[in-house]
Amino acid sequence: MAKTLTQEFTKGLWAEIPPFRLVLGLCPILAVTKSVENAIGMGAAVVFVLVGSNVLVSLLRKIIPSKVRIACFIIVVATFVTVVELLMQAYTYPLFLKLGIFIPLIVVNCIPLGRAEAFAYKNGIIPSFADGLGLGIGYAMSLTALGAIREVFGSGTFYGNQVFGPSFQPFNFMIEAPGAFVCLGLMLCVMNFVGKKA
Amino acid sequence: MREMLKMIIVLTVLCSFSGGLLAALRNETMEKIENQQLEFVKGPAIRNILKGSSNDPIADRFKIKVGETEKSFFVGKFDGKAETVVFESTGKGFGGDFGIMLGVNVADDKIIGIGVTTHSETPGIGSRAQTDPRFAAQFKGLPLAGDFKVKSEGGQVDAISGATVTSKGVAGAVTDAVKTYVSLKPQLAEKLKGFK
Repeated sequence: MAKTLTQEFTKGLWAEIPPFRLVLGLCPILAVTKSVENAIGMGAAVVFVLVGSNVLVSLLRKIIPSKVRIACFIIVVATFVTVVELLMQAYTYPLFLKLGIFIPLIVVNCIPLGRAEAFAYKNGIIPSFADGLGLGIGYAMSLTALGAIREVFGSGTFYGNQVFGPSFQPFNFMIEAPGAFVCLGLMLCVMNFVGKKA
Repeated sequence: MREMLKMIIVLTVLCSFSGGLLAALRNETMEKIENQQLEFVKGPAIRNILKGSSNDPIADRFKIKVGETEKSFFVGKFDGKAETVVFESTGKGFGGDFGIMLGVNVADDKIIGIGVTTHSETPGIGSRAQTDPRFAAQFKGLPLAGDFKVKSEGGQVDAISGATVTSKGVAGAVTDAVKTYVSLKPQLAEKLKGFK
């Protein structure tokens, strides 16, 4: 165990930040980052699922036989996702209407499953918790940053508030899926540039 | 053999635990989710029909069994009297089924308003049945008798131009709703007494 807990946590924020470095979970990235509000909601759901599934998989790692481990991971992840879905319907229904199908689709987005396989199955509970939290927050931050850029340029608002004057012409391209791709690419480019210098 | 047994046991236990947890959570949140759906999907139409009522129509609701299903009725109180109910009906539109809310005054058997809740009509054309208040306003005050039809079929309702199918669908849904209302009136009147 060379890495400290802090390192497990902070690697998710930069070195292994999910959509950019691991290039995982791109489907919701393209779909839900039209606005900051959606992005934060989705990010929070992913943090919950990732932390929950990482801790539970790590807790059960001694008793899960390796031949059926993927099936077990899927059950664990699916359970947490359904919990999030039900809670969102019960308490934040308008947000649920906007995120729609992308909440249940967290199950098939590779981050929780990937972390369960690559990390939680081999490590203790506390490092797994740190890993899940770090990657989850990293994912949420990326969604929010992308959502902010797309919302500001695409609809001229930030978290639903107008930022430019009424004369602003929305740059519709940013709201559509190709805009998200281009934006993601540019952000990755900037990150590589900054990363190389440091 | 031992390994096989272990796999079966672990998977079974995990699945049943997960199933049990989710079922419990679903039970817990069922009522809350139903309220939320009413509030955000049907709420706007209900509140619009019962504008100015002194109670919360979504909280003051009751159910009556119609055939196999249960229908929800939302009560509106005006001047301290609970004489209006709002309930849902469905019709066939251009893009599929849609839902309408119909408000009826039980005292004089007149329509107090209608509103479209969910629909998949063409935006800007058929969707005006929901967004254009002038269309819905035509139903206001009509007595609950006979069929509701668009004017081109000899009825009493002006169709939305370009959206004849949708308009006919709404008229048909109102006709159905009125039939439901007439058949349930004795039970409705009984239930409404409880809200006075």
